[in-house]
Amino acid sequence: MRSPLTPEMATQEVQLNETLAHLKTESETLKTKLEEERAKLHDVELHQVAEKVEGLGQFVMKTRRTLKGHGNKVLCMDWCKDKRRIVSSSQEHAVTMPCTWVMACAYAPSGCAVACGGLDNKCSVYPLSLDKNENLAAKKKSVAMHTNYLSACSFTNSDMQILTSSGDGTCALWDVESGQLLQSFHGHAADVLCLDLAPSETGNTFVSGGCDKKANVWDMRSGQCIQSFETHESDINSVRYYPSGDAFASGSDDATCRLYDLRADREVAIYSKESIIFGVSSVDFSLSGRLLFGGYNDYTINVWDVLKGTRVSILFGHENRVSTLRVSPDGTAFCTGSWDHTLRIWA
Amino acid sequence: MAEGAKEPVGVGTTDPEEDSPNMIVYRKIEDIVTRIQDENAGGVSIRTVKSFLSKIPSVVSGADIVQWLMKNLSVEDPAEAIHLGSLVAAHGYIFPISDHVLMLKDDGTLYRFQSPYFWPSNCWEPENTDYAIYLCKRTMQNKARLELADYEAENLARLQRAFARKWEFIFMQAEAQVKIDRKKDKAERKILDSQERAFWDVHRPVPGCVNTTEMDIRKCRRERNPHRVKKSVYGVPDDGQSQPSPVHISSQPTKKTTKEDVQKEINFLNSQLDRHCMKVSKVADSLMSYTEQFMEYDPFVSATEPSNPWISDDMSFWDLEASRDPSQQRVKKWGFSLEEALKDPAGRDQFLKFLESEFSSENLRFWLAVQDLKRRPLQDVSSRAQEIWQEFLAEGAPSPINLDSHSYERTSQNIKDPGRYSYEDAQEHIFKLMKSDSYARFLRSNIYQDLLLARKKVSCTH
Repeated sequence: MRSPLTPEMATQEVQLNETLAHLKTESETLKTKLEEERAKLHDVELHQVAEKVEGLGQFVMKTRRTLKGHGNKVLCMDWCKDKRRIVSSSQEHAVTMPCTWVMACAYAPSGCAVACGGLDNKCSVYPLSLDKNENLAAKKKSVAMHTNYLSACSFTNSDMQILTSSGDGTCALWDVESGQLLQSFHGHAADVLCLDLAPSETGNTFVSGGCDKKANVWDMRSGQCIQSFETHESDINSVRYYPSGDAFASGSDDATCRLYDLRADREVAIYSKESIIFGVSSVDFSLSGRLLFGGYNDYTINVWDVLKGTRVSILFGHENRVSTLRVSPDGTAFCTGSWDHTLRIWA
Repeated sequence: MAEGAKEPVGVGTTDPEEDSPNMIVYRKIEDIVTRIQDENAGGVSIRTVKSFLSKIPSVVSGADIVQWLMKNLSVEDPAEAIHLGSLVAAHGYIFPISDHVLMLKDDGTLYRFQSPYFWPSNCWEPENTDYAIYLCKRTMQNKARLELADYEAENLARLQRAFARKWEFIFMQAEAQVKIDRKKDKAERKILDSQERAFWDVHRPVPGCVNTTEMDIRKCRRERNPHRVKKSVYGVPDDGQSQPSPVHISSQPTKKTTKEDVQKEINFLNSQLDRHCMKVSKVADSLMSYTEQFMEYDPFVSATEPSNPWISDDMSFWDLEASRDPSQQRVKKWGFSLEEALKDPAGRDQFLKFLESEFSSENLRFWLAVQDLKRRPLQDVSSRAQEIWQEFLAEGAPSPINLDSHSYERTSQNIKDPGRYSYEDAQEHIFKLMKSDSYARFLRSNIYQDLLLARKKVSCTH
């Protein structure tokens, strides 16, 4: 029931609505204009230019290690810089994760700590110790606080800062030691599900993907969104930079992966097939950026030729959704985590 | 049990969240199964098969389904078609008539299509009371094909214990269902019974089978009316004791777009219009040449020397990488760009060594110091920033760097309120300087060339 309006208030409200409608029209006009401008520069397709590139041979990729014993869905994992250790949600490996539902985890660059969080709306940092008997839960430090679930976390180039994304629609940068919020990033209209830091040594940007179907590129210094891409038809579950930092890939519930180039400010490739109807949960590039690995909700991994846009291989093995996928830091293997309670390392 | 109607019998009508992730997949599968069943448009032939003394109505072979998938979805590999078909089965859209396990076999195994009434897109979340009624009525019938499997018998026993107090009610409901079922035509009953069973195979799967009704926790709250009263398969009114979904994330109120939001959007769009962008042809060339340059370093594309440790179990590759004695291939990478050289700790070391030999290491040391500054905990930032100023920029600094007056002005302003990014401008300027000057000389230097051409005597360590 609406509260009774006085005639003056009624007029004001009408005026406000008119202004809002007016602004929305302006916004739509600008969007159309921007699309037209960008389309002018879209003179060729990536896969057409890539026709002259030599095709890739047949791939023999197999599971080389299977890590069982979780007893729980594996929702996330990360590699340590030493290339051999991994941390994953659920128990095992380096540290017992006391959180009941961990959705995000990350290794500190030094290898001396891990960060994790999920339904507790926080991101906590746990020091790692060689002494298995040490009660690490007691040493946990709560760093990030969001108002909804933590969907992803990543250390920046040091153990001292963590970048987080959350179901509350924001991303945030935190100082680990003090727990202080250094910068927050507002702009997504719904849950933010994933993020990735730009690979540049001096870079201060990162990309995030959300349930609003948008992928946003952010300036870490100012908190501003500097670029935005909206071509997916559903949630973006994963974003990952191409190794040069000039582009990034995304994986979505619309069953496609896409490549966006930052310099062209445009989507430049779609990786999809009629027979692939389940969503992509996680994507990552091989070291040169030639291959894109996608973990899917249909339990498979599809391997794509990034330049030619074709699928190079499909890998079976998991018995439930692949929920997370990461290439090792030296590119020798990639690891997948699944709802089937296992992790697999492929090479 | 309600008739196999097309429309779900629900409590009120809600606007379906058609773009929720689960619904997107369901609609795609529904499109596929509708097409498969369309015999006039290249679908499979669904027929009645004679078996011993009886007829099996409305079935199709697994092989036919696999063939159809391969032909109509452009699938080249039968394994892929079988996998996709098994998922369609696991979600309850097709099912084997003689098995509880929902998977597709590429042979003469007979399958049937699920009634749209039971489709997962109707957001079924059947209660245990419904399941109890179902198992109970199965025991009341004499047909061999309706005998309980072991796991079902166990489930029934558990439910009898759990619902001990209302078992009489459940029993009565089961009897009522049996009465309704008896009134139906025999052939129709065979089909409906199997579809009902397949429904339960999805919602109460065989132990060890994937429960495809499980949802991604992060997406739960966008499902169609997650809090509404759950409708019963058998029309049993909710007695108020139905459990809410075990997973409950507090719903976020949908943000209403405000004037400020739209204004922000307009500002953003205007800034994007001002941006200078590159043509796709140009970025495509750039992506291609980057990839080409690094392909020899990509273990998935080029052979790893001596071998990929994950495949051969020989860790030599990792030992070599860890050594400060870099391979020629690794040294070659430093020549790609200054970024690449600085990314590699060994590259940084060698570049620094070269600059020290020229007594011009202050630029790199400044760059490294600024990198370090950005990695410090907040409380150290201010003091460290001051130290950098003293060392590199202050009057009479021990390691003076050469900044243009503009950057110097900006930086000295920043330092009045020192922060992590106080030296960004300066660092960028110094980076460009190194790139255009000392980096090029480094690549021509003996220090670099010796490593690149492996000229120095290297003692092989095994």
